[in-house]
Amino acid sequence: MKKREIHRKAIQCAFPYTIPIFAGFWFLGITYGILMDASGFSCWYPMFMSLTIFAGSMEFVAVNLLMGHFFPLQAFFMALMINARHIFYGISMLEKYRGTGWKKFYLIFGMCDESFSINYTADIPQDVDRGWFMFYVTLFNHFYWFSGATLGGIFGSMIQFNTEGLDFVMTAMFVVIFMEQWLKDQDHSSAFIGLAVSLICLLVFKAKYFIIPSMIMILLMITLKKYKGEKQ
Amino acid sequence: MTLSQQMITIGCIVLATMLTRFLPFLLYPEHKKVPDYIVYLGQVLPGAIFGMLVIYCLKDVRLLTGSHGIPEFISIGVVVILHLWKRQMLISIAGGVICFMVLVQMFF
Repeated sequence: MKKREIHRKAIQCAFPYTIPIFAGFWFLGITYGILMDASGFSCWYPMFMSLTIFAGSMEFVAVNLLMGHFFPLQAFFMALMINARHIFYGISMLEKYRGTGWKKFYLIFGMCDESFSINYTADIPQDVDRGWFMFYVTLFNHFYWFSGATLGGIFGSMIQFNTEGLDFVMTAMFVVIFMEQWLKDQDHSSAFIGLAVSLICLLVFKAKYFIIPSMIMILLMITLKKYKGEKQ
Repeated sequence: MTLSQQMITIGCIVLATMLTRFLPFLLYPEHKKVPDYIVYLGQVLPGAIFGMLVIYCLKDVRLLTGSHGIPEFISIGVVVILHLWKRQMLISIAGGVICFMVLVQMFF
């Protein structure tokens, strides 16, 4: 097969899978860009951050972090904990990303929830190159997020309507993600642990410092739960 | 924050995000076995982390002063009902945000 033919087939096969992501990423990406603008950041911030971080929920958290006190260690550990789930995507993709050559680096770099979901579940036809299929899925998703965030960042300064309360999009997004996880899980104890431990830590350590103690406590509690479960 | 402090913060986030994505591929290059504990964490950690993130979003809500968190709780209720009803992520999020914006701009 000619090189052009390989690309054409991979794009034709990959694009339809990414259409729902396009809608979602533009909605959230534009909102993110507008939020950055409303928070006083120039459009270069959402452009740069959507290209380099490419982890939607973390970028919303990053808006708050950038507006708070300088605390890089907390930013590092928050990003680590929020994106910890990627470790497990990685474990699932060890096999699928094998033998994709130089593309493997970009595939891992761009492994957000949505790229992972498609690349993990899609039925790729025999005559379509697997590596290029997954590459284009990742690239399209990355582009949707980048263009949405950029448009929001640029467009945000032109819009005149009152954006007060727009930051609720982050809360709404996490409530939905939490519910999706809840509906998927058979056992809700880890969800309860997450809510209860964080709430207690928030009351004890206050808004500024509660995240790291919460993370440690959650890890401890779910580790304890495992050993308790094994004893029984 | 100064510009360089912001760049360091963003750099930390990029570094941590990339670490979570690359780590398994660095640790388990071929058919190396994944420890049971790591597999277990993969199954139970997400539920707890998303719970924590919901609380994180509400960390600045003051129950005793201002609007007492009423707009937040009503809007979360709207998100939950919409999501149980339609189970369309975008509809649930958009509905909750519109509800919250109307409440804080017009009533609170």
